Amino acid sequence: MEVRKTYKLFVNGEFVRSESGRAYRPDGLVNVPRGSRKDLRDAVRAARTAFSGWAGRTAMNRGQILYRAAEMLDGRAAQFVELLGGGARARRELDQSVETLVWYAGWTDKIGQVTGNVNPVAGPYFNFTIPEPTGVVAIVAPEEPALVGLVRRVAPALCGGNVVVALAAESHPLPALTFAEILATSDFPAGVVNIVSGQRKELLPWLATHMDINAIDVAACTSDEMKTVEAAAADNVKRVIKTRSEEHSPHLITAFMEMKTVWHPIGV
Amino acid sequence: MATALSLTHLGSLMRGVRSVDEVGADERAASLAKRSIKKSSKLWALDLAIRCMDLTTLEGQDTPGKVAAMCAKAIRPKPGDSTIPSVAAVCVYPLRIADCVEHLHGSTVRIASVATAFPSGQSFTSIKVAETEEAVRAGAQEIDMVIDRGAFLSGDYQRVYDEIVAVKEACGQAHLKVILETGELGTYDAIRRASILAMAAGADFIKTSTGKVQPAATLPVSLVMMESIRDFVRETGRPVGFKAAGGIRTAKQAISYLVVAYETLGSDWMTPERLRLGASTLLNDVLMQIDKERTGAYQSPDYFTID
Amino acid sequence: MAITKKQSTALAKQVFEYAPAPEAIDHIKIQPRYGLFVGGRMVAAHSKKRFPTINPATEDKLSEIVEADEVDVDRAVTSAGKAFDSWARLSPSRRARYLFRISRIIQERSRELAVVETMDGGKPIKESRDVDIPLAAAHFFYYAGWADKLEWAFPNRKPSPIGVAGQVIPWNFPLLMLAWKIAPALAAGNTVVLKPAETTPLSAMVFAEICMQAELPPGVVNIITGAGKTGSLLVSHPEVKKVAFTGSTEVGKHIQRAIAGSGKHLTLELGGKAANIVFEDAPLDQAVEGIVNGIYFNQGHVCCAGSRLLVQESIAEPLLEKLKRRLSTLRLGNPLDKNTDIGAINSRAQLEKIQGLVESGIEEGADLYQPECDIPTRGFWFPPTLFTNVSQSYRIAREEIFGPVLSVLTFRTPAEAVEKANNTPYGLSAGIWTDKGSRILWMAERMRAGVVWANTFNRFDPSSPFGGYKESGYGREGGLHGLLPYVELN
Repeated sequence: MEVRKTYKLFVNGEFVRSESGRAYRPDGLVNVPRGSRKDLRDAVRAARTAFSGWAGRTAMNRGQILYRAAEMLDGRAAQFVELLGGGARARRELDQSVETLVWYAGWTDKIGQVTGNVNPVAGPYFNFTIPEPTGVVAIVAPEEPALVGLVRRVAPALCGGNVVVALAAESHPLPALTFAEILATSDFPAGVVNIVSGQRKELLPWLATHMDINAIDVAACTSDEMKTVEAAAADNVKRVIKTRSEEHSPHLITAFMEMKTVWHPIGV
Repeated sequence: MATALSLTHLGSLMRGVRSVDEVGADERAASLAKRSIKKSSKLWALDLAIRCMDLTTLEGQDTPGKVAAMCAKAIRPKPGDSTIPSVAAVCVYPLRIADCVEHLHGSTVRIASVATAFPSGQSFTSIKVAETEEAVRAGAQEIDMVIDRGAFLSGDYQRVYDEIVAVKEACGQAHLKVILETGELGTYDAIRRASILAMAAGADFIKTSTGKVQPAATLPVSLVMMESIRDFVRETGRPVGFKAAGGIRTAKQAISYLVVAYETLGSDWMTPERLRLGASTLLNDVLMQIDKERTGAYQSPDYFTID
Repeated sequence: MAITKKQSTALAKQVFEYAPAPEAIDHIKIQPRYGLFVGGRMVAAHSKKRFPTINPATEDKLSEIVEADEVDVDRAVTSAGKAFDSWARLSPSRRARYLFRISRIIQERSRELAVVETMDGGKPIKESRDVDIPLAAAHFFYYAGWADKLEWAFPNRKPSPIGVAGQVIPWNFPLLMLAWKIAPALAAGNTVVLKPAETTPLSAMVFAEICMQAELPPGVVNIITGAGKTGSLLVSHPEVKKVAFTGSTEVGKHIQRAIAGSGKHLTLELGGKAANIVFEDAPLDQAVEGIVNGIYFNQGHVCCAGSRLLVQESIAEPLLEKLKRRLSTLRLGNPLDKNTDIGAINSRAQLEKIQGLVESGIEEGADLYQPECDIPTRGFWFPPTLFTNVSQSYRIAREEIFGPVLSVLTFRTPAEAVEKANNTPYGLSAGIWTDKGSRILWMAERMRAGVVWANTFNRFDPSSPFGGYKESGYGREGGLHGLLPYVELN
């Protein structure tokens, strides 16, 4: 007889039950925690606390940790393929997920070089522009594909030094919650990535209005949801990221980043 | 005379002098140079420029005749026009002091002499002191000394300081202007440091340049020196004068120095007792500008005597 | 002419007030009333509503302006829509040439533009002459060069224009903000409908003439005038695909809500409450200039103004003494006088807002300092103002005043400076003054702000991206990054 796993939310580096004590059964048999607004609140608080540390890591170090996640995921490939329904399609999704992590792992120490500049201003000043993480990013994972869909949004956000609160696919939360185990064993500091499962309709407005979230990724949302989020996001001028990108893109990294420009006189 | 500080750690004190951001100082000076001075203010400023002028000749070929002519110009810059004031002083080499004594007798024009192995300052302190004493004895009322830039740049602040103290003492009643030769100091930081050092050692005036080194006086250098004066006055309560010298040839330039002095040091410095412009060819341009303001017509140099 | 020292000093005070040096205005022709610039020419408006635009320094009416209505907005957007295809398809080097041409005409007409800007907005002529207009021309020149090099800006992508851009700009830098909006939009192949602020429409009207002089194809640039309602109609127009707004955070949020779900692209450049941080080892005299430039430039009508001075406690006293002395040399008065440092407040409404916030500062317990200065009897004026003993919680330390009002706070350690500087919903700019290189970089890294000026302040350049973090908005204007909001990347 197998020893079944209790699926939990991943908040502040720990696997926790929803504070609400609620669960739902999207796949019929398995109980999945139905996260609440308070779980999101805790996740955002954990993320904010982790932000300066993660953003302050060297780009090289962030790259190594993302690569470590790829290693962990690839090492548990069989389990994920099974979780994704088995077969060639599942295998492809797993491979794509690993590939995405590897790709962004290599970007951490290049994005500043490719998208930053030294600007030739007309005067005796040294002036440079560099991308910096925007802060706490909320990500709404698409329902399908449940694993790579999440990875393709979370990886670029982390790559740029952001911290993440992700909402797992409501109808297929298990890949996301299991992916949290990969994150938990890849040396991400506690709070850098948080994954909450639950009902999007219930949770999305809390993310959209949260004053300590700097950006929200709604590419996976319906147009009605997008409209609501965009309007609510105005309360703290959240960046609303709508870029649909099936593929990897450095523009998706910078979508979660701010350009900072620094001036200094040149003199003796 | 000002109290000579006996400081065992002058070097470290000097390195503690606040720094100057070059670009910021340049921009501030440039913005002040854009002040637009018109009509009554312009005429007053031109008059002040003459009253603050040290009419200068510092050439190997200076003769009694040349100096006599300059003295006449100094007393009466524009013959026949009594509204034009005399200049503040004439500035000559020590051997020409006697000529000045002869030709300036009875006038308000003061006699300034360079000394201390001008312009390089590369000689023995005893010689510099002796030269100063001789110059004062010969009739100099003001001494324009040079600092030992070699000592300053090598970090021997004590030597520079002691020498100024010694020369100041040799001056007796004569006023001491200390030339920093800013064109050789390299940075505004060093200029500020040298300014503070000279003032602490007892300078009555600090002066930009000998006129023998390029760049000579510039507006931002003057700004930095005036800001040093401002801070020194705040610390000690002793007002110190400022003299710009070298390269000031046009009335427009002269006015911009007055503007910087006014906005940096205030109206108390708008007097020859605290502000001087050392120049050899500036005077005629100022006279031409005065006539232009008075007549409304642009002037020709042919109508202004070259002495 | 024997003048005693006392007389001389008195004379200096009097004379170095500088005789008036007003910029000539006889070459300026402001029309008594303006229409709208639609389809390449000035047209009569559908709207019958007009409002006066006044000189805030004299309260004299300068001209009458249309308050464009829904029909006017629709006509302008339609005109831009019609022009879009051919402008987008025009050979990029041609687009570049039009922009170069506009830049040159701005240079040629620079004095006229400077005077109009100063009369309509109240800013000192030395600023419009030396900052606003040259930078506006430079901005067009910079983006002109990008028009045929877009593939180099976005490697591996095919950048294409978005469509009609609806642009709404503020009254603090009217022509410069116009340039920031129009230049990158046109370079990338978009067409635009721009609405200048209701108190400063005149330089945009001159710009309309410049477009005609440049023989810019009709409809590529359309300029409509009006107040908030017109702006709201513009950004909500369904054919507007890209919205760019510079102005208050409050209105920015309103726009974000209004166009939610529409699929329009949006960039916002909003308010700020920047910290200007002075460490004990700073070059103090230049820091004082930077502080003055940071908050009293353009009467403090600057979104990136250094309105919070954070000074290290150990040098607070000498710094404030220098600063107060410097304030006494600022010359407030006729904006057209070349020696004026502080011009008129842009409008009565803005003056009242400043007055209200300053009163709140006094009530909350801060100490007010204002140098002696003569306030003209007509027009809107506010003297340079400095508050000491300010706490982070005071309104004057938290709210954007958009006036010549500086709040001084102290700190003890770099970490405390960072904490206080970032303790605001805004994040547009920051200033750092210190002689220590590694500290500059350490501080710059920690400032949650889009523009960091170290040992300088309020510097702008077309090649330098500008824009905010947090509630100061999103998107960048200027530089390569300023192109991004105006392209689709396929």
